Amino acid sequence: MVKGVNFVDLRDAGDPVELAAIYDAQGADELVFLDIGATHEERETTVSMAAAVSEQVFIPFTIGGGIRSVDDARKLLRAGADKVSVNSAAVDRPELVSEISAEFGAQCCVVAIDGRRPEQDRSSEASSRFPSGFEVYTHGGRRPAGIDVVAWAERVVELGAGEILLTSMDRDGTREGFDHEMTRAVADRVTVPVIASGGVGSVEDLAAGVTKGSADAVLAASIFHFGEATVADAKSALRSAGISVRPSVTGAVPGPG
Amino acid sequence: MVDAPSPTAPRLAVLDYGIGNLRSAQKALEYVGADATLTADPNLIEHADGVVLPGVGHFGASMDALVRTGLADQAIKVAERGQPFIGICVGMQMLYQGSAEAPTVDGLGLLSGQIQWLPETVKRPQMQWNQLRCEDHPLLAGLDESWVYFVHSLAPEMSSDVIATTDYGGSIVAAAAKDNVYATQFHPEKSATAGLRLLSNFVDLCRSSA
Repeated sequence: MVKGVNFVDLRDAGDPVELAAIYDAQGADELVFLDIGATHEERETTVSMAAAVSEQVFIPFTIGGGIRSVDDARKLLRAGADKVSVNSAAVDRPELVSEISAEFGAQCCVVAIDGRRPEQDRSSEASSRFPSGFEVYTHGGRRPAGIDVVAWAERVVELGAGEILLTSMDRDGTREGFDHEMTRAVADRVTVPVIASGGVGSVEDLAAGVTKGSADAVLAASIFHFGEATVADAKSALRSAGISVRPSVTGAVPGPG
Repeated sequence: MVDAPSPTAPRLAVLDYGIGNLRSAQKALEYVGADATLTADPNLIEHADGVVLPGVGHFGASMDALVRTGLADQAIKVAERGQPFIGICVGMQMLYQGSAEAPTVDGLGLLSGQIQWLPETVKRPQMQWNQLRCEDHPLLAGLDESWVYFVHSLAPEMSSDVIATTDYGGSIVAAAAKDNVYATQFHPEKSATAGLRLLSNFVDLCRSSA
């Protein structure tokens, strides 16, 4: 397997379509658009965005945020998205995962899991409730779901998830690197690709996600958005760590005419 | 934004059988300068300079949809008449005689052979970028050793029509061609520059045979 596939999260981006085209040109292997919004109006905006992206960006992309039904997923896939990602809605109603997977195939169905170490004052009971040491959180990391991260990952794979996007809410925004312990705990137990997310502060952190966390792919946002690193820099770092990646291609893209 | 196609742009019919993400293929063809229409209209298809059969999903469900929409007969007709024709992913698989994924369902039979499961020794589906080994063929001009994006659990058996392979638990078929019929197991519409180059090569083939 080629590892270290490089995802770019566009959740806090300016114009997502423009940024997507830039990351495509830099050699990103896939793009992920997350947490766009959950209201009806925001969902319609997301569908238009998927359509706009598919006119200019010719790499696989995933959209997550506000998907509550097979119908929501269908609209995004028809607009040109390759995969949809579900998070809180799957915790509320796990059948959503099997419904999307049965309708469109497991390869279209990403489950995003936000995990963190349980709070200190609950730690005595936590060790029995959360054998992996990590608890699932929903609603952007604000609400504890009372379920174990690894058990939930295994469950969603059984239900038909084709990929797991695993974000450490302890590390998210810290720039201290991925939570390798959590990534590895999940990657060791499921058969589908695990994408590590949350905490990247440098391109070396991306490589560590694969070498220390056993991730199949790594995701970062801010180091790219703020121009600290290009996707090509990230790939060099991965390659230096001995990870097989698709080279960033230079040269003219065959354009119109 | 994509410019309006020039009057001399080859007119391509992207077969719309109502399944999966068909729009991406159409948009990528427009991007490389074709006048591509997503259609099930027999008149448009017969007068097209080239025909595209995209695909994502299950062989049986896709063949059912192709037969139900009348596009199976239409595809065979235009391919046999010599119009440039390309199948992508499950669209490639449907060009063959049949598939282990749906053993009771007939394929279009435009290419000889069967579709087989990928080896059990590797993860299925293969869902990743992988590197091509190409033979000398105009569809693959400039593409040897390029990286392209695959999402599939089955692939055609080896045959004399194969023009590109990739390594996944052994050598597997990545592209094939026979006369005016071309096929890729990977998704050129999702393979960045390399994929656009392949589609551009196909558009050139349509232009030269128009």
